[in-house]
Amino acid sequence: MTQIAWIIPFFPLMTFLLCFIFQKREWHHLCSRVGIMTTGLALIGSITVLIGQMIFGNSEAVISWLSIGDTVFSIGYIVNPLNALMLVIVSLVSFLVHIYSKGYMAGEERLGTFYAYLGFFTFAMLALVLSPNLLQLYMFWELVGLGSFLLIGFYFHKAEARAAAKKAFLMTRVGDVGLLIGMILVFWQVGSLEFSAIFQAVSGGDMDSGMVTLVALLIFIGAVGKSGQFPLHSWLPDAMEGPTPVSALIHAATMVAAGVYLVATLFPLFEASDTAMLVVAITGAFTAIFAACIAIVQTDIKRVLAYSTVSQLGYMMLALGSAGYVAGVFHLTTHAFFKALLFLAAGSVIHAAHTQLIGEMGGLWKRMKGTGWLFLIGTLAIAGMPLFSGFFSKEEVLLAVWKEEHYVLFTLGLITAFLTAFYMFRLFFLVFMSKKIIPYKRRKKIFESPRVMILPMVVLALLAVGAGYIHTGWFGPFLGEWLASGNEYITLHPHEGAGWLMAVTTLLTFLGIWMAYLMYQKEKLDRNYLSEAFPGVYEAVLNGFFVDVLYQRTVVFATKCLGIVGTWVERYVIQGILHFIEDITILVTKLASKLQNGQVQTYGAMVGVGLVVLLLIGLMQGRFF
Amino acid sequence: MTVHAFLLLAAALFALGLFGALTKRNTVIVLICIELMLNAVNLNLVAFSKFGVNPAITGQIFSLFSITVAAAEAAVGLAILIALYRNKATVQVEDMNEMKG
Repeated sequence: MTQIAWIIPFFPLMTFLLCFIFQKREWHHLCSRVGIMTTGLALIGSITVLIGQMIFGNSEAVISWLSIGDTVFSIGYIVNPLNALMLVIVSLVSFLVHIYSKGYMAGEERLGTFYAYLGFFTFAMLALVLSPNLLQLYMFWELVGLGSFLLIGFYFHKAEARAAAKKAFLMTRVGDVGLLIGMILVFWQVGSLEFSAIFQAVSGGDMDSGMVTLVALLIFIGAVGKSGQFPLHSWLPDAMEGPTPVSALIHAATMVAAGVYLVATLFPLFEASDTAMLVVAITGAFTAIFAACIAIVQTDIKRVLAYSTVSQLGYMMLALGSAGYVAGVFHLTTHAFFKALLFLAAGSVIHAAHTQLIGEMGGLWKRMKGTGWLFLIGTLAIAGMPLFSGFFSKEEVLLAVWKEEHYVLFTLGLITAFLTAFYMFRLFFLVFMSKKIIPYKRRKKIFESPRVMILPMVVLALLAVGAGYIHTGWFGPFLGEWLASGNEYITLHPHEGAGWLMAVTTLLTFLGIWMAYLMYQKEKLDRNYLSEAFPGVYEAVLNGFFVDVLYQRTVVFATKCLGIVGTWVERYVIQGILHFIEDITILVTKLASKLQNGQVQTYGAMVGVGLVVLLLIGLMQGRFF
Repeated sequence: MTVHAFLLLAAALFALGLFGALTKRNTVIVLICIELMLNAVNLNLVAFSKFGVNPAITGQIFSLFSITVAAAEAAVGLAILIALYRNKATVQVEDMNEMKG
């Protein structure tokens, strides 16, 4: 059953080819159907592979692709619990987003192109998770980056979308350079890029510990770029310029999780180095609280969700860095569902209200109950409300950190949990509940979204509630046992001592919700109290702690200066030399062509001069032959 | 009289003829200069038939042939020149560039 795994990515690739060829307007109704059908097939395939993995265990197949000397590069697929799970997540979210887009993008001029890009991205992402070696993973890693670039810049007539697409591409490229160098080092040390060979080399002690740390850190830089971790996070909020279904698929559920997936896949490599693990954990914890702070003051619904994504990805990194392999993967899974749900619900709101600014919304609950309920479910899940999926996974993450005795990071995680509940409910109250009355004229135009958009959200909402029960302290850690069963390098930590932690996180969640309620619903607390007391701090947080300004003034400025110098050298030095050579050649040829003037007398004179010259040479040499 | 005087005269005549043939713009003058060069050669032939290593009458006879051929050449050349003049109304050398690619 797992042997069909290699065929799964080709279904979405078919969407890409078909929609790209038939992208004329009259084919639009077919494009969405083709897209939904192929991702549906991919989903069926993925579920088959998942079940197959559970019954028959791992499988791997590679064929040789390139052989240079003794080195053989291979391509193929591998099926283990981690990527079987990723396959299902990616194809499920992609399938739902394809359906949702049919409603959301209705009437779009370039619908065919949109579905083609979606198919292309899904193809690359599915192939990425199936890769059995770093080289293949890297190729598809770049291809998902390309898909992300194309979809962020989908509305390329908007200058912001163009800038955001470029920024996303360049910033992730910074990380990819790290990954590439790491790969080259691995190849140099191990002589192979197969995951199994790398793990054997690490566990067999073929690489010295300094090299393991260096390689792990370089690969982590790639994950930092892709997963929007500090300091390469600022492309992700800007990426919200893309269409909302794209944000749900790429920038919430799948591509940004690829960095976490990379660290999880190479977990034995990271685990071999304490330094690398600590760096991963610290980066994750810092990103989590950093992004959560920024999310509190954002005024654009999608940017709040984007910063929340950055923060939750930080959580996953924190878990992985604290040896919580299961916790990280578990949070990745639940986050994929509830964050995709939140984005799709936000898209539904934007679709109805025709604005992304929170300030222009409010009191939408009455006009769109369905979306409101779904958004509430997503919000409860991410806030960590007991019995929702986010509660279990977040608690698992914090437990892993506690067991690793990173008490400072643990505190940061707890504060982040509180902030998450606070900013998510701030968003919920401001958008759906707030008493602020939208002008009647505009309110009249707000309608609930069509069923084709609501249905995918309902599926995601069910998962956002239920996905937590695959790994709990109450019914048994199924996910953890299953993940550990298919991976000899993972040791399962016993699940214990979680009672007090559950109580603390629940308390913090309720505190966050209560404060948001007081501040934004009852308005008993002055919401401007802090921002008026510390206007400078408020300004800084609103602008993401001026990280972008810093990059603009340093990296971008330096690059631009270099560009100006380079242009100058190109224009005046290199082109100058070329023009000089060109001018000399033209001059010589002009002189030579003057001799070829068709006048017999000139030719005769040349013969005479030539004869005289030859005679002179002969005389000087003293011989004529 | 030595052979040098004849040879120097012939060389001078040839050089004059060559200079004229290469520099003059009028085709008639160019033809005359060519005749001059031919005659310089004839002079050489006659001089060598008298003062050569093996003096023989062959040189003088050869020069007679040469004069005959030169006469024919001048006749043909002038005929072509007249035909050209009728077509182009000029005898300037630099205007006769019909064959230039």
